[in-house]
Amino acid sequence: MSGIAAAALPRRIDARHVPVLGTIVVFLVTAGYGSVAYPGFFSAQVFLNLLIDNAFLCIVGVGMTFVILSGGIDLSVGSVIALTTMVSAALVEHHHWSAWQAIPLVLVIGTAFGAFMGTLIWRFRLQPFIVTLAGMFLARGLCYLISIDSISITDPGYTAIAQARLPLWGESASITVGAVLALAMVAVGIYLAQCTAFGRAVYAIGGSEASALLMGLPVGRTTVRVYTFSGFCSALAGVVFTFYMQSGYGLHAVGLELDAIAAVVIGGTLLSGGVGYVAGTLFGVLILGIIQTLISFDGSLSSWWTRIVIGALLFVFCLLQRLFESR
Amino acid sequence: MTVATLRQRVAAHRLLWPVLTLVLLLAVNAIFNPGFWHLQWRDGHLYGSLIDILNRASPLALVALGMTLVIATRGIDISVGAVVAIAAATAALLIGGELVVKDGVQSHVSRVPMGLAILAALALSALCGLWNGLLVARVGMQPIIATLILMVAGRGIAQLLTGGQIITVYYAPFFFLGNGFLLGLPFAVFIAAAVWAALDLLMTRTALGLFIQAIGINPAAARVAGLPQRLITVAVYVFCGVCAGAAGLVISSNVKSADGNNAGMLMELDAILAVTLGGTLLTGGRFSLAGSVLGALIIQTLTSTIYSIGVPPEINMVVKAGVVFVVMLLQSAEFRRAARGLIWRGAAA
Repeated sequence: MSGIAAAALPRRIDARHVPVLGTIVVFLVTAGYGSVAYPGFFSAQVFLNLLIDNAFLCIVGVGMTFVILSGGIDLSVGSVIALTTMVSAALVEHHHWSAWQAIPLVLVIGTAFGAFMGTLIWRFRLQPFIVTLAGMFLARGLCYLISIDSISITDPGYTAIAQARLPLWGESASITVGAVLALAMVAVGIYLAQCTAFGRAVYAIGGSEASALLMGLPVGRTTVRVYTFSGFCSALAGVVFTFYMQSGYGLHAVGLELDAIAAVVIGGTLLSGGVGYVAGTLFGVLILGIIQTLISFDGSLSSWWTRIVIGALLFVFCLLQRLFESR
Repeated sequence: MTVATLRQRVAAHRLLWPVLTLVLLLAVNAIFNPGFWHLQWRDGHLYGSLIDILNRASPLALVALGMTLVIATRGIDISVGAVVAIAAATAALLIGGELVVKDGVQSHVSRVPMGLAILAALALSALCGLWNGLLVARVGMQPIIATLILMVAGRGIAQLLTGGQIITVYYAPFFFLGNGFLLGLPFAVFIAAAVWAALDLLMTRTALGLFIQAIGINPAAARVAGLPQRLITVAVYVFCGVCAGAAGLVISSNVKSADGNNAGMLMELDAILAVTLGGTLLTGGRFSLAGSVLGALIIQTLTSTIYSIGVPPEINMVVKAGVVFVVMLLQSAEFRRAARGLIWRGAAA
């Protein structure tokens, strides 16, 4: 089947781009279906809301793309987000820090957390899966040490940033600070992956770590940096999540790591590492978002259908990946 | 001479560390809680903290046993929590149960005969395992991703079954699984023990244990050597699914309800932790069933300890994380070499 599909493709399309193009096609088809089936779906604000409501997922997805490209996995992202919301809320509410003092600190915490896990993974040759699993426990546990209850943020400075809306073409459409940050991170991710030595090393390690070592690439340093970057992305996503929820809670973003992995996979990045694009992840996130939007527009479908549909999509994309790999 | 060899044999035994950890935890408990070791015979069965730990560790031990075999074949199954929820939802839905008062006599009526409901729940769990196994062995997906699909979708399916509600069971005979006692001990302990014993026989008395180990050490070589590698891999995942299903039955029977959203939440992590604590390598190959059971007991004892010595339960996760970090560092050859070098240098200076 894949052979016929590949043969039918025009020569100009690189085989490496096929998964990403597939993702974009799925997004457009879903968006087209929604626009035809539901009145009011085809509006600028509905599509901007996809970005606004999934800004944190998008930022985490960028970090996760690098981790998966390098052949690893990071299960700690959801709990690092929770820890970030918790620390921010506690500092702002209980210690009366301003947003400009709290945000840099939580970014440093998240980055250091990622660097710590990356160092363990590289220095002691531990499996990323189990290290980040332990990191997940640790970060969630630290949340509960701060408080087991939700802390809502009432600080005027913080809520002002959270509620700020940047208008686009008139009054009809606007986006939040979080959405802008998400787009900026996607741009940074694309730049890092395509235009820097770091990005090339990540692709090389994902393709074959042994070959990368033999080529003299800085495998250890790159591995640590990949997890550090993912930690930074998680912390930044946590900041955006804090804006979005305006509270800190240890149970925020439970299971988000799975959504992030799903977004990356649906975005066409191969789980075996080495192949994929950051831009694909953006569309993966948008597909997850549009499914939720469709289900809420429909109204008759229960929310748990979201999980089943995401699972089914994940299955289809993994299956397609296998077909590409075996070809 | 014999003393030395005995000591060497004990020191080299792979269950030494898990056993020591458990003994240490029990000792800590005994110090902080004088009544900890106290067992009481009441209402025809044993009462006490130890019995409580055994009862609560049983579902986890069941899942950990299934997980051990999966990990031994170089796999991982992160869908067990979702399978727990599916099995619990199926059983609760089929049994349902209502209290019927007829001629002044109360009797419990189930929707479907209980045996049938349990079989259906286990069959559905086996189907989940089959799905995972086929994705791993036939399609060739990475185990973590193959089971991720069911982990994401499975909870949705469980919620679909329960309609997003918590289903309460009103059928007393079903409660025996998770609350009943046999010969003075909780019935759940017998379920876990029976599965363990059967599995142990299968692994040590037949070549299956050797086959599984061979697949874990080198899947390609195992296949070339003529082992039915794919069949065994699929079977291992099916077994893991059934174990998770059985755990789901015990859990839902214990709480007399099924919650599609929260049943078995984070169970996959506890099970993997139990298996790792028991000395099974995550890289496949060497495995220990007894170690996994010990691991499950350690986790449950740790939880009980945290509650009983008055530490706030929210520290539980930090402690667990610390334990995982320590255990995985100890399993790392690089870390042991680095640590040895450090000690040696310290001694020289």
